[in-house]
Amino acid sequence: MSEWLERHVPKMVLAPSFIAILLFVYGFIVWTGWVSLTRSRLLPKYDIVGFIQYDRLFDSPRWDTAMNNLFIFGALFIVISMALGLLLAILLDQKVRTEGVLRTIYLYPMALSLIVTGTAWKWILNPGLGIESVIRGWGFESFRFDWLVNPDFAIYTVVIAGVWQASGFVMALFLAGLRSVDEEIIKAAQVDGIPTVRIYSAIIIPSMAPIFLSAFIVLAHLAIKSFDLVIALTGGGPGYATDLPATYMYALAFSRGDIGQAASSAMVMMMVVFAIVVPYLYSELRAKNV
Amino acid sequence: MSIKTAIAATAVACLMTTTAAFAGPEAEVLHYWTSGGEAKSVAVLQKEFADNGGTWTDMPVAGGGGDAAMTALRARVLSGNAPTAVQLKGPAIQEWYEEGVLADISAVAEAEGWAEVLPASIAGHMKCEGTWCAAPVNVHRVDWIWANAEVLAVNDIALPTSWEEFNAAADKLMAAGITPLAHGGQSWQDATVFEAVALGVLGADGYHKAFVELDEATLTSDAMMATFDQMRKMRGYVDANFSGRDWNLATAMVMNGEAAFQIMGDWAKGEFMAAGKVPGKDFLCISAPGDGFLYNVDSFAMFKVKGEDKAAGQQLLAKLVVGKNFQKVFNLNKGSIPARTDVSLDEFDSCAHLSAADMAESNANGSLMPSYAHGMAMRGAQSGAITDVVTAHFNSDMSSADAVKMLAKAVANSM
Repeated sequence: MSEWLERHVPKMVLAPSFIAILLFVYGFIVWTGWVSLTRSRLLPKYDIVGFIQYDRLFDSPRWDTAMNNLFIFGALFIVISMALGLLLAILLDQKVRTEGVLRTIYLYPMALSLIVTGTAWKWILNPGLGIESVIRGWGFESFRFDWLVNPDFAIYTVVIAGVWQASGFVMALFLAGLRSVDEEIIKAAQVDGIPTVRIYSAIIIPSMAPIFLSAFIVLAHLAIKSFDLVIALTGGGPGYATDLPATYMYALAFSRGDIGQAASSAMVMMMVVFAIVVPYLYSELRAKNV
Repeated sequence: MSIKTAIAATAVACLMTTTAAFAGPEAEVLHYWTSGGEAKSVAVLQKEFADNGGTWTDMPVAGGGGDAAMTALRARVLSGNAPTAVQLKGPAIQEWYEEGVLADISAVAEAEGWAEVLPASIAGHMKCEGTWCAAPVNVHRVDWIWANAEVLAVNDIALPTSWEEFNAAADKLMAAGITPLAHGGQSWQDATVFEAVALGVLGADGYHKAFVELDEATLTSDAMMATFDQMRKMRGYVDANFSGRDWNLATAMVMNGEAAFQIMGDWAKGEFMAAGKVPGKDFLCISAPGDGFLYNVDSFAMFKVKGEDKAAGQQLLAKLVVGKNFQKVFNLNKGSIPARTDVSLDEFDSCAHLSAADMAESNANGSLMPSYAHGMAMRGAQSGAITDVVTAHFNSDMSSADAVKMLAKAVANSM
């Protein structure tokens, strides 16, 4: 009996969550895929009509804007957050005295909800209330910083707020990575008289490759799922200049009663996530099998 | 008595109470009137319902201009347990009817003679394939221009009766350093201005062809180009900081004299009134240039429900909603005018009188038109597609020719 239990209890304990994930994640992915092939409007319908929703989607200029924004925002958000995070981590790694305090300060934005971040930055970047009006108030009358209300630049304000929020978190990841590098190697390098910059660039950073990958995956999926930040900061505006795929999907599903179209956009978003995550999983699994 | 018999007895007792006793009219009402004045208005209806022996179950769902309520409704309908009555409006009523979930309230409508007291085009929204399926609550006029009386007097500006006069007045105000048009850069506000301009430029027939029939020739016509040209002018009349501003803040700009005009539905009147301003003295309400009247009518759609209590509740609710007393009290609170035309307007303000007179006149000459920006003229997918183009044009330097092309394409794509 006890042997039987030993063999089966772990399975039994895992079974409920396994079933729940199977149903609520993969089951609903299949459901969404199905609905995306139908002409569903207000309520889901199940008669498959082919890829018409995808045709409509790729024909829509608003979806084009949303995808472009995703690539601009995603690329800048990931690169800048990682660069800034790494820089902060390296600076903090120099055995500064108040490291604990500084680390908390940098990490704190992550504790805020994106809605708070978005609202605060909306006020800071608003030309009539924030930076522009303050600097004009100091006498620089010709100063302009109206990215938030300029359709061509509004997406960069989302990047600014996103980076502010996430770079502290990336810093924490990198700091942990820096600390995990073997002290002996670093000391050996120092004894050999290798300059600090070179120690970082040739020894420490390359040995942190897995951390880079984790940071990239975390940031990439944050970028693709971004919704609340845009809603709070710009509401998708001006016009729909800062729409992202997630806000597009929300508008179609909940404001316009166009569930089929929303489902097709959700499927495309998922494929973008897969395009990033699958190679990662593949490399991870292969590394373990070797 | 064993446990089993006790359970059986209770079950039987329950069964008997649910089938036998008619507990009186019952209604579960899903609505999104949750802000101050609106909540007060609903309370009036609740009280009246209770006074007539009914039991009201309130189901307010706030947020997203009704989006959240519609999501709740979808979940309830999919689970086979629809609310008795739901705040729905415009073609969404017919859209739900096509899903086969709306009830027929023709009996009440005919007994109460709705057809005689409602303007024909508004009554049209309440019917699903000939049967009555919804009850109208109010009529908001959307194509209003709200103006600051003092600013106009100081700058010696007469009320504009054409868009040319509006442009001339705006240019004069610009020269005097006043923002001509208070506006909030949210897509629905862009659409609100657009439809007022479109009604003026296209005329009522053209408006109907473009935004009700979605006629491609009208959507790509020169008049539509002229509409976008005027929108480009309007863009020049707003201040630099308009993006994302809420409509009530724009109203406040008119109140404070920072701006001269705002184009907004008559919910803006509530803001003026709440600030103690007097219509005709502190602020002026005039219809936007052009003949016609754009309406936004709130209504309750009745869903198919099981049980005599709920059906009775539905009938009672429909009767009360269109009843004279409720139409008066509710609309006094909400700032709109009654949907039925035989309610005394003695207690209403001058803007409401103007609105009612214009509604009667435009009803007579066929220029009473549904507001596209507020979901009265077409279904969500199409109106959303048009709004995308309108807001993209307004917020960029897109040419009118490109906008017209994009408009036709977007409408075709949304079908």
